[in-house]
Amino acid sequence: MKPFDYVRATSHADAHDSAARIIAGGTNLLDLMKHEIETPTKLLDVTRLDMTEIEEAENSVRIGALVTNADLAADPLIRERYGVLSRALLAGATGQLRNKASTGGNLLQRTRCPYFYDTTQPCNKREPGSGCMAMEGRNRILAILGTSEHCIATHPSDMAVAMRLLDARIEIEKPGGEAQILTLDEFYKLPGDTPHEETALEAGDLIVAVHLPDAPKGAQMYRKVRDRSSYAFALVSCAAVVATDRGKITDAALAFGGLAPKPWRNTEMERLLIGEAPSEALFDKAADVLLEGAQSHGDNDFKIPLTRRVVKAVLGELTGATQ
Amino acid sequence: MEITLNVNGESHRLDIDTRTTLLDALRNHLDLTGSKKGCDHGQCGACTMLVNGRRINGCLTLAVMHEDDEITTIEGVGQPGALSPLQKAFVKHDGYQCGYCTPGQIMSAKGMIDEFNMGWPSNVTDDLTAMPDFSRTEIKERMSGNLCRCSAYPGICAAITEAAPDEGTSKEAAE
Repeated sequence: MKPFDYVRATSHADAHDSAARIIAGGTNLLDLMKHEIETPTKLLDVTRLDMTEIEEAENSVRIGALVTNADLAADPLIRERYGVLSRALLAGATGQLRNKASTGGNLLQRTRCPYFYDTTQPCNKREPGSGCMAMEGRNRILAILGTSEHCIATHPSDMAVAMRLLDARIEIEKPGGEAQILTLDEFYKLPGDTPHEETALEAGDLIVAVHLPDAPKGAQMYRKVRDRSSYAFALVSCAAVVATDRGKITDAALAFGGLAPKPWRNTEMERLLIGEAPSEALFDKAADVLLEGAQSHGDNDFKIPLTRRVVKAVLGELTGATQ
Repeated sequence: MEITLNVNGESHRLDIDTRTTLLDALRNHLDLTGSKKGCDHGQCGACTMLVNGRRINGCLTLAVMHEDDEITTIEGVGQPGALSPLQKAFVKHDGYQCGYCTPGQIMSAKGMIDEFNMGWPSNVTDDLTAMPDFSRTEIKERMSGNLCRCSAYPGICAAITEAAPDEGTSKEAAE
């Protein structure tokens, strides 16, 4: 690990040092620092700040950025109303990691692309302009949607997929103290020509909370397909909420992990489902819309048919159309 | 950097490089070598310890971040002649072969039993709002952050199952 100065923030005023890298749970950042993929010269520890509460407000729930993944998953209110979020959190990592990992930090997890982790290889995300070996290399876990010719990395978070589904808003405190509110779609950038720029965060910004609007009506589910049944990243995951009434789908939302550089959602696919009677043919059409333009790179070819099967299984189960 | 660490009820003053992980501070500076270094990347769980009662990976956190925290390691759980219920059960059920992962397994099980007694669900819990069953399926899922390369899992599961009622702080934890 490269040497760094360590500073502990004791108030929000201390927490906007644009020269410092913020550390909270540290479960991803320290791993990356040991590999010297991240080499901050100054760490700003924000764990003593007052961002540890889950508060119910009118028509929303406010989750402090320091709430641990374990506490969030176990919170009675979250379990009762936002089961898909508890499920997504519990599907990720291990008991030890969830006890340390924070809500804000989870949003900022870096990709697990093997070439991003291997500092002997080029990587446009790690070293802009150096190239991408993943395109023709080991890309089994990598993305099929939203990629560019420069990067096919996936975003690894399960939590963020559920938050995208739930229309969560990220509350950012700017260096001047003013608040900025972003949806997850606005927060995460697609790689384009600049895969190293992953979020809309600017120097000195601090994520202080995530807001969940009222829970959507309907049945919720998080389905995660992975290489082993515990402690593995998603190959494909799907957070979904579907409401039905008298044989018709009245509301549908689906968000996906493992497919793209950010939690993925396709509103056209959702619109296609609403008002229709659930059927295999309808689910196939929905998968067609989702997978239009999907591009695989060899090892990850299987993700295209796997995604279709996940879509059909999730919609079948939530609508009761198939078992 | 000078810091104070509270470990197993004792306060220690030490001067360390900011890069030192909590695990390395305990092992290399305080001679508490019960917590093991396996992968050093949060994947194997050999370094599991309790911080303020919660199980964490000691290798993935910096010592300088833990001033004022209560740290509990395997040395604080029991000693030869005065073993904790989990330690006794691991001996009885042969919950190890080489023993390298054992301190981490025991510390993780200790934290896990408390989480269980607080009613926390897991990825294999059917009903998120009900008290989960203390089943083998639940134990396996909740202990997936602890690897045993000797594959002593059957003994580990048996030991945890037997010791669980005598471990943890179910009543306090639930409050």
